Amino acid sequence: MIVANSLTKRYPGGFEALSGVSFRIGAGEMVLITGHSGAGKTTLVKLIASIERPTSGSLVVNGQNLSALRRSAIPYVRRHFGMIFQDQKLLFDRSALDNVMLPLQIVGLPHREAVRRAQAALDKVGLLAREKANPIALSGGEQQRLAIARAVVNRPTVLLADEPTANLDSASAQDIRTLFADFHRVGVTIVVATHDQSWIEHCQGNALRLDHGRVV
Amino acid sequence: MRRWLSQHRAALALSVRRLLAAPFNTLLSLLAIGIALTLPAFGYVVLDNLRELGRSASGVQEISVFMEVGAARKDIAEIESRLQTLPGVRFTFVPRDEALKRLQKSEEMAEIVASLPRNPLPDAFIVEPADASPEALDVLRQELASWPKVAHAQLDSAWVKRFDAFLRLGKLTVLMLAGLFGAGLVAVTFNTIRLQVLAQAAEIEVARMIGATDSFIRRPFHYFGALQGVLGGLVASGLVFAALHLLAGPVGELAALYGGSFVLHAPGVREIAALCAAGGILGWLGAQLSVSLSLRRFD
Repeated sequence: MIVANSLTKRYPGGFEALSGVSFRIGAGEMVLITGHSGAGKTTLVKLIASIERPTSGSLVVNGQNLSALRRSAIPYVRRHFGMIFQDQKLLFDRSALDNVMLPLQIVGLPHREAVRRAQAALDKVGLLAREKANPIALSGGEQQRLAIARAVVNRPTVLLADEPTANLDSASAQDIRTLFADFHRVGVTIVVATHDQSWIEHCQGNALRLDHGRVV
Repeated sequence: MRRWLSQHRAALALSVRRLLAAPFNTLLSLLAIGIALTLPAFGYVVLDNLRELGRSASGVQEISVFMEVGAARKDIAEIESRLQTLPGVRFTFVPRDEALKRLQKSEEMAEIVASLPRNPLPDAFIVEPADASPEALDVLRQELASWPKVAHAQLDSAWVKRFDAFLRLGKLTVLMLAGLFGAGLVAVTFNTIRLQVLAQAAEIEVARMIGATDSFIRRPFHYFGALQGVLGGLVASGLVFAALHLLAGPVGELAALYGGSFVLHAPGVREIAALCAAGGILGWLGAQLSVSLSLRRFD
């Protein structure tokens, strides 16, 4: 469960990306965060993923108050989330399999088991046949699916995504939406920042609309 | 524990891969580190050989105990039994007749000895203590001189003191060189790791965002620095061996000209291990400094 209360994020220089945002997302729910560019969607996703710290207010995820976390505890909290970045952040100096194995290496899973689980994740997103390929050789849709495989390989309780269908053709975007629906069906809490109108219209879950850093 | 070991194994494998990924750069770094370690290591080996040379030079660390001319057999036996009670002391007894024979063998002295009406030499003991420091030698000499029927206990203490002072000066110079070149090694590793952190910036950023701890990120760099230092130590050992091999011939010839023989002692396994360990520790230190400073920009 994710509970935000009067969440505010002010960047150095004074720009306030979020102002007093409050919401509640239940375990296993799928929520789309919508709004125009600069509304604060990415900032909110980053706050939930503990990549950014709130300026004020509280943010509680699975009973843990992220606002009061010690710096040394942050990496361990981040491991509970599967994060899909807007620019995917794939590593182009290694294979698709090695990209997916990274979160497993971070938690110290033995190599053989890490390979097995990474292959299973690649299979889930339909990329097992491309496990040895360098991400640069993959299409935009395949790269996004690879990023999803990396996000889910550690079996996170919460899957966070920032514009996962941006810059994709409609068929690839539909594949991504289907994958998210599959994860939602098995009980993963999903928070997606998106301005994909098609997704917003057909979303079976909730939508959280932001405008200039406030919930509307 | 299994996960911890797995992480260390992965970090070590990654650092080996990084070393092998740029063989020319690695070779140059190892050569720079090797040369930095060679100079103090070679200085240490030279000093060790000089110390050995000083030990083997006749009379340098020996005390000659001359008995009174009229000393009887029982007096000699008394001194012998007292010497046996001294810890870490070796001694040989040189009877006066034996001493005269040795003197007669000397070309310069044979004629003079032959003209002597009787043997003027006393019985003597040659004492070699294990502790050869000038202070200990002097204390022992005074004690031996105070024993009954001992006419004189002789030690060339001035020579020993001069030699000891020279060795201490050499040791200090080697230590200063070691400090200087050790700092050089840290600087070389610092720069190599800084460049690696810049090259791995994307990976570090992603790893941090998905839950990597600082130790996870630092670990491969630590291994890299330490590994580079250890390999640099091996290069330095090779260079020291090569230098000793080149010097062995000329040193032997020089010793022969002085009527003796001297073989240069090469560093043993323990010395090589210590050199590699020193390289590894300094490499780790360089990596630690570099990665700590470089990672700040990711905060």
